[in-house]
Order: sequence, then C-alpha cells, then structure tokens
Amino acid sequence: MEELLSTFMRAVFVDNMLFAYYLGMCSFLAVSKNVKTALGLGIAVTFILVCTLPINYMLENYVLKEGALSWLGAEYAGVNLSFLSLLIFIAVIASFVQLVEMVIERYAPALYTSLGIFLPLIAVNCAILGGSLFMQQKAFANAGVATVYGLGSGIGWLLAIVGMAAIREKLTYSNIPKPLKGLGITFIITGLMGIGFMCFSGLKI
Amino acid sequence: MGLSNKSKEILAGPLSKNNPVIIQMLGICSALAVTSKLEPSIVMAVSVTAVVAFANVIISLLRNTIPNRIRIIVQLVVVAALVTIVSEVLKAFAFDVNKQLSVFVGLIITNCILMGRLEAFALGNGPWESFLDGLGNGLGYGIILVIIGFFRELLGSGTLLGFQVIPEVFYQWGYVNNGLMILPPMALIVVAVIIWVHRARNKDLQEN
Repeated sequence: MEELLSTFMRAVFVDNMLFAYYLGMCSFLAVSKNVKTALGLGIAVTFILVCTLPINYMLENYVLKEGALSWLGAEYAGVNLSFLSLLIFIAVIASFVQLVEMVIERYAPALYTSLGIFLPLIAVNCAILGGSLFMQQKAFANAGVATVYGLGSGIGWLLAIVGMAAIREKLTYSNIPKPLKGLGITFIITGLMGIGFMCFSGLKI
Repeated sequence: MGLSNKSKEILAGPLSKNNPVIIQMLGICSALAVTSKLEPSIVMAVSVTAVVAFANVIISLLRNTIPNRIRIIVQLVVVAALVTIVSEVLKAFAFDVNKQLSVFVGLIITNCILMGRLEAFALGNGPWESFLDGLGNGLGYGIILVIIGFFRELLGSGTLLGFQVIPEVFYQWGYVNNGLMILPPMALIVVAVIIWVHRARNKDLQEN
C-alpha cells in the first residue's frame, strides 16, 4: 500500500510528465486555451494511460523482455524481443485509442461529441507512449504499481493543463509585448510553472 | 542547382517562415528535453531529420493504398519501424549519447512533426516533394534544437561539445556558470526568447 501511494505521489508531483519531462507538450500548448476543453483532454489522457500501462506491462514482462518467454518452454528462455517494444507499445496505444473511440461513440454519444476531436489526438500524445517507456525503464514490481503510476502521471498532466488553461484565460486581459503574444508568453509561463514544480523534486516519498 | 523553384520553397520554407517548432508548434516535447547539451541536440536533430524524410517518402508512396480509417495506425507503424532502426543504430555507434537521450529516441514516434507532416503533406504529394518537405522540416527543427543546445551548454556549463570555451581567467575574476540554464524549465524560456526575436523581425507572424 505504501509503495502504491509513494509511486502515485511521485508520478503526480516529482516526476510530473509535463514539467519534469515535457511530455505531451504539443497538445498541452494547442488545447490549453480554455479550462473546459483542457479538463476533457486531461481526463481522456488519464483514462488511456490507466488502461494501456497494465497491458503494456504484461506484454513487456511476458513477451518482450529478455527471458520473458520462458513460460512457453525452456527453449524460448533465451529469446530477447525488446527491440520490438516500440512497435508493440505504439500499436497497443493506437488500437486502444481507436477501440475507446468506437465504444464511446456507440454507448455515450454525448461524451463522444464533447471528447471526439481529442481522442485521435491522444494516440500521438507523447505522454502516453512516454508512460509506457518509463514503465519499461523503471521496471515496476507488478502490474498494480504500473497502473497506479499511469493514474498518477495522468493526474499530474491533468493538473498541469488545467492550471495552464486557467492562467491563459486570464492572460487575455494583460498587456504583453506584441511579438511575445500567444505562443511566446505561453512558453515563458510554462517555464515558470516548471520552476515552481521543481520545488517538489527534493521530496523523498 | 538542379532544383526547381517549388522544390526550393518546400525545402527552405520550414527553416524560418514556416518553422515546425516556433511557428507550427510541432515537436516541442523533445526539443526541450534533450537540449541541455549541444551534442545530444545535434544527434537528436539528425535522427529526427532522417526519420521524417524517409517516413514522408514511404507514406507518400503508399498514400493511394492506405484506407482512410486506419491511416493513423499505418503511419505509426511505418514511423515506429524507422525509429526502431535509428535507435538500434544509435545503440551501436553512439552508445553514450543514446544513454543521455534515454526514452526520447523512442518518443520520436510521437513527435508531432512526424504526424503533422505525414498528415499535412505526404498524404497529398509525390515522393520527391515529400522527401524535400521532410528534409526541410527536419532541418528547421534541427536549427532550433542546435540554437537552444548552444546557449544552454555555453551559459550553463561554459563548454561546447564538451570542450571548455569560457577561459579559466573569467572564473578567477568571479564569473560563475548559470546553473539554472541546465535545468529543464530554462529550455522553455530560451525557446520563448527565440520566438520573441523571430517575431520581432517578422512582423507578419505576430498574433493578435
């Protein structure tokens, strides 16, 4: 339990996907113009992360890793398929996004119209693939920890994008030098928020 | 040279007027994370240029046979295969840099430049134009990466490509490296400054 909690807190604050690793920056900058859509995208990203991480964890540990195929029989024990991991992970993510899109379209048309445009975008959100790659790098103890890690990084991303959207809504009224308007000032604010988030990096949890 | 005007435009446009990072807002994720030193920035720029150019060619050759509904998966698979090749090559010939880049080599797959150019250009144009477009965009991305890497390494560690550039005397006079430049958030600020300078020079690009 303690391990789960600390993994979660670390993923949200210390290893925040956006401010510590800059993952998912493209959609972060493009979709953070108002709070409502930012929230929608954040929830969708969290959901996909929570669903794909355990699947990729299983694939990594029972198919791809060196010696992972030993459950098939002794002659497979030496097989190392880890060079395929990029292909497999992205295929899982892309097909899962497509699947979720179809399910939502069929059973919750209202949600689909509000989320619809974001869903295909998510397949190429670096935060999702980043989650799987970090999972591979960190070698979690079991699928539960991996799921919690996914939830944590999703929520960290959600916090970041909602905060950014709130600030940008206020920015409309401020007096910014012309060449900095729009993209430039957004970068500076993200940088400042990143410096703010760095104060968590010394935490030992 | 043997290039027609249109080809020249496709190749040179992304370098400044239509730069993928600071105008089209594509590929920002990796532009920020790998640029604390000049060397990984250059390696990253070269890798991305190679992947974009060849992915563009492959998708452009396949563009009439890919069913529209599953095109994203097809594109991702093509890109993922190319990135796997790049990653294996890096592991074989530049292992140290590969270690520094860690997951960001794999993340070239989800680099928005790739999807953006494949969707916007390769699906509607022939292989040669697509190749030039990929090359141009990769170089445009590379320029920004190298500029950021240059300033961050120079101001942050006083070195370039690992060689000491700031003379030892400066340190004796009390010059101190700016440790903040190494930290990730400063990359964003450097990009913002690049955008500021670029837009101050090109007034038509300013937003209202």
